[in-house]
Amino acid sequence: MKVVLDHLTKKFVSRGKDKRDIIAVNDFNFEIPDGKLIGLLGPSGCGKSTALNLISGLEVPTHGRIWFGDTDVTDLQPENRGVGLVFQNYALYPHLTVLQNILFPLQNLKGKDKLSKEVMKEKALEAARLVQIDQLLDRKPGELSGGQQQRVAIARALVKTPSVLLLDEPLSNLDARLRLQTREEIKRIQQETGVTTIFVTHDQEEAMSISDLIIVMKLGVIHQIGKPQEVYDDPTNLFVAEFLGTPPINVFAGRVSQETLYIGEEAVLPVPGISDQEVWAGIRPEGFLLDDQGPFTCQLLRVEVMGRDISVVSTHSNSKTDKAIRSIISTDNTVDKSSKTVRFSLKPHKVLIFNKETEERLYFGQTAAKTEG
Amino acid sequence: MKSNNMKAWLYLIPAILFLGIFMVYPLVDVFIYSFEEGYNFASQSFTGTGLFNYSYVLHDPYFLQALKNTLILVVITVPVSTGLALLISLGLSSIKPLKHVFQTVYFLPYVTNTLAVGLVFMILFKKTAYTDGLINMLIQWFGGSSVDFIDGPYWAKMFVLCFYTIWIVMPFKILILTSALASVKQDYYNAAKIDGTSALRTFGRITLPMISPMIFYLIITGFIGAFKAYQDAVALFGTDLNSAGMNTIVGYVYDMLYGDSGGYPSYASAAAIILFVIVLTITTINLMIRRKNVQY
Repeated sequence: MKVVLDHLTKKFVSRGKDKRDIIAVNDFNFEIPDGKLIGLLGPSGCGKSTALNLISGLEVPTHGRIWFGDTDVTDLQPENRGVGLVFQNYALYPHLTVLQNILFPLQNLKGKDKLSKEVMKEKALEAARLVQIDQLLDRKPGELSGGQQQRVAIARALVKTPSVLLLDEPLSNLDARLRLQTREEIKRIQQETGVTTIFVTHDQEEAMSISDLIIVMKLGVIHQIGKPQEVYDDPTNLFVAEFLGTPPINVFAGRVSQETLYIGEEAVLPVPGISDQEVWAGIRPEGFLLDDQGPFTCQLLRVEVMGRDISVVSTHSNSKTDKAIRSIISTDNTVDKSSKTVRFSLKPHKVLIFNKETEERLYFGQTAAKTEG
Repeated sequence: MKSNNMKAWLYLIPAILFLGIFMVYPLVDVFIYSFEEGYNFASQSFTGTGLFNYSYVLHDPYFLQALKNTLILVVITVPVSTGLALLISLGLSSIKPLKHVFQTVYFLPYVTNTLAVGLVFMILFKKTAYTDGLINMLIQWFGGSSVDFIDGPYWAKMFVLCFYTIWIVMPFKILILTSALASVKQDYYNAAKIDGTSALRTFGRITLPMISPMIFYLIITGFIGAFKAYQDAVALFGTDLNSAGMNTIVGYVYDMLYGDSGGYPSYASAAAIILFVIVLTITTINLMIRRKNVQY
């Protein structure tokens, strides 16, 4: 079922002395297509979980409407919306077995929806098989590993065949290896059931890897919605550019003069279409090419060989933060480690230019033509 | 490993010594006294050994009355006070404004002296030459006939004693239960809400199991406390509990040791051992039920 948020806003009234209300979700407008896996991505405290709670019905919006398909669910209680919610810490009932946990939502059904014991059992087993925990049904949650608990929580959320599945930081309580495994698993379950799924995460890699669409937000405001690769290649502002990508994008203070980008005194790249101004220049780590004659000079710190590629760590006085600049180049290159400096030429489509004041993206050359056309 | 063990024992010595001298030794001593007939503190002598003390105590009408009183007190006050405390705690945790005010009010009896509370109860219930007491005035207001709760019929006196005991033990139970309720994570309730769980089912299937360890703790300590009741009865009915017919087992032990009929440590010991056996049995049963029901 598609989910439409229409000018959705949630304000929390301040109880502190400063009397400043907190707008956790600010005017959300978007449509989530049916049967897609959506990643709601942002730094902690940006209102992701509030957005999820609004969709689930645990929180009531201050303004705006929520639609599931053609039904306005804004005023419906959570249980009437047909949502399944997986909590960050799973919220499995510790005194009930896995089977009893999965059965719990079904046993709540009343009146004409009431199911017979056999049907309930069958449905619960089906959900358990889907997440591959059917051999653990008699255990208590305390006897399961984190990953298994996660699966039980997903089975419990899916057993009523919800039209929308919501996951709150589904991977944050798992260790690194399990996280990789589980995110594949979530993708598989989502594809098998075809249920529209929204998951919240602060981990951009997580969101990028499995989502059909990602929504990047900060301080209650949506910054960009799009396919993961598109958002990565073509961020609309500096925040989105900095938030996506590991290692992160390298940002320099620069200026554009006569359609040429200057970082420090060096003219590093022609940028046709941008008027003269101070700018932030973001260069993705993979946007550097080792080049003895290259226009961009950095102070070499060290070279890290990662096997698959080489990571050149250097510094530059115009770097936005004092962090080292990380550039990733292929192992075909050799770096002269005795040299104090390293020179690069740049791949134009990996260089992103932003207005210094508004931090909005400034398009040049081909990218400008593409967006305008 | 071995030297570690030695060290551990060394650290435990002060506690072991202290407990041994002030708890284990007296217990053993009482146990021995209970089999020695006519033991005399002054001369440290006794006339024989055997089960005579137990036989005497179990045939003493005063002891049987005390046993009956204590059992009634236990059976009524423990469930009622725990149930009421649970209701009040649920109420307290579901309100936001004035929550702390109410918590303080409910906790006041706990910090008030038992005898002072007893005095207040006397004013409420006692009939004197000048007044019938506040409760009797209320009863008369509603058209009933007044009852002497302090010196009157047995059921009236028992009612006051139970009422008083419940009132005294509730604050502690409310304190424990409100914190137990607060420790149940909101996520469980949210999960239940998403699944459309009714309030009754949420309470029965989620809240109650979650706080069951605390409820069992309160029931066990409640049983033990009620079996050892004594000062509550004194506060209400004075020190001559036998003639008031309101004695408790601990009161009987005390009377046998020091009271008007005093000077029978052997009988007192036998009564104390009987009480000990009763409490031990009840607690064991409680723990067995608990093991069956509280499981996580």
